[in-house]
Amino acid sequence: MPEIRLRKLVTGVEDIYHEGGPVAAIPRKRGWCLAVITNPFAGRYVADLQPFMDDLKPLGVDMAKRLIAALGVPADEIDGYGKGAIVGGAGELEHGALWHAPGGYAMREHLASSLAIVPSTKKVGGPGTRLDVPVTHKTASYVRSHFDAVEVGIDDSPRADEMLVALVMTVGPRVHNRAGGLAVTDIKIRDGQK
Amino acid sequence: MSKANIRKIIVVVDEIHREQGQPVSPPTRRAAAIAVIANPFAGQFVKNLDQLADIGEELGGLLGARAVAALGVAASQIESYGKAALVGENGELEHAAAILHPKFGKPLRAAVEKGAALVSSAKKRGGMGTPLDIPLGHKHAAFVRSHFDAMEVRVNDAPRADEILVAVAVTDSGRPLPRVGGLQKHEIKGEDGLR
Repeated sequence: MPEIRLRKLVTGVEDIYHEGGPVAAIPRKRGWCLAVITNPFAGRYVADLQPFMDDLKPLGVDMAKRLIAALGVPADEIDGYGKGAIVGGAGELEHGALWHAPGGYAMREHLASSLAIVPSTKKVGGPGTRLDVPVTHKTASYVRSHFDAVEVGIDDSPRADEMLVALVMTVGPRVHNRAGGLAVTDIKIRDGQK
Repeated sequence: MSKANIRKIIVVVDEIHREQGQPVSPPTRRAAAIAVIANPFAGQFVKNLDQLADIGEELGGLLGARAVAALGVAASQIESYGKAALVGENGELEHAAAILHPKFGKPLRAAVEKGAALVSSAKKRGGMGTPLDIPLGHKHAAFVRSHFDAMEVRVNDAPRADEILVAVAVTDSGRPLPRVGGLQKHEIKGEDGLR
């Protein structure tokens, strides 16, 4: 079982008061937790990757807890999420796909009513590569007020033999949301979509 | 009433656990607090910049406190600090200077309990997503070589043309694995801000 070799953790929180319109009564919050780890499969083709998903689980849980703490609100108020990965140049896109299960379930375990699939994105790239992590409502993917994306990246990561894994959580709708569509108050079917 | 029209505040913490394969224990930690504010003088030449100095005074305290809180340590445990501003395209470099230099330092030093050393600074003009490298130096003695560093911050949607991004960085540690010699932190006298 490859150990998780963690080089760096970056946690960020953004409070958005307005975007040129009325100042929000409650600032919208967006947070991210990024971990830079060694890619145990860098530089060679390995057929069986799946055991590494289990190895990533504790890291996912630690990142989810850090992110909830950094947002500084009760976990119930966190209502949007997303995840992503950037694989360094000596790795494969498929290595980034290993983050889907441990990253997603780590957040869903800690957020009530998280019925919706965790939206995700991934790419291969060098240090400083930016990743737009998609965000949707945790209970119903079609809630229009919560569609968003959070750009993340780290100047010195990922190096060629590393991968950067990301979790994103948000609190509240886009600050001046007025594009209509399914509202949070209209969530009824509870199938993760509507 | 806030002096600054703040659109958003971002707080980021990074922790380095390993460098070039070597464990870093305890991890070195840096925090940055960033405010995106309206530039009251965008698009015009205004001679007197006192309003920006007052905004700087407010932000020095606010951002200093937010960055220290993000590290979760006592103010006295902060070891290094720095400040920077990035002016959107309709502003002047001098606007960054007015925010950072006249009144910013005093409340920032209060937020880290005290600091005898010059607060290192950087400024530039640029568009949304421009990276800003906040210089870092030891708060008691500018010559401490292990604490010279910089923390890059970047906000994809800021500064807009009429905005200014203002940032503070603090650490509770120096660089990971420092080994270029010079004045060591246990040798600090802390009287003149230099050694």
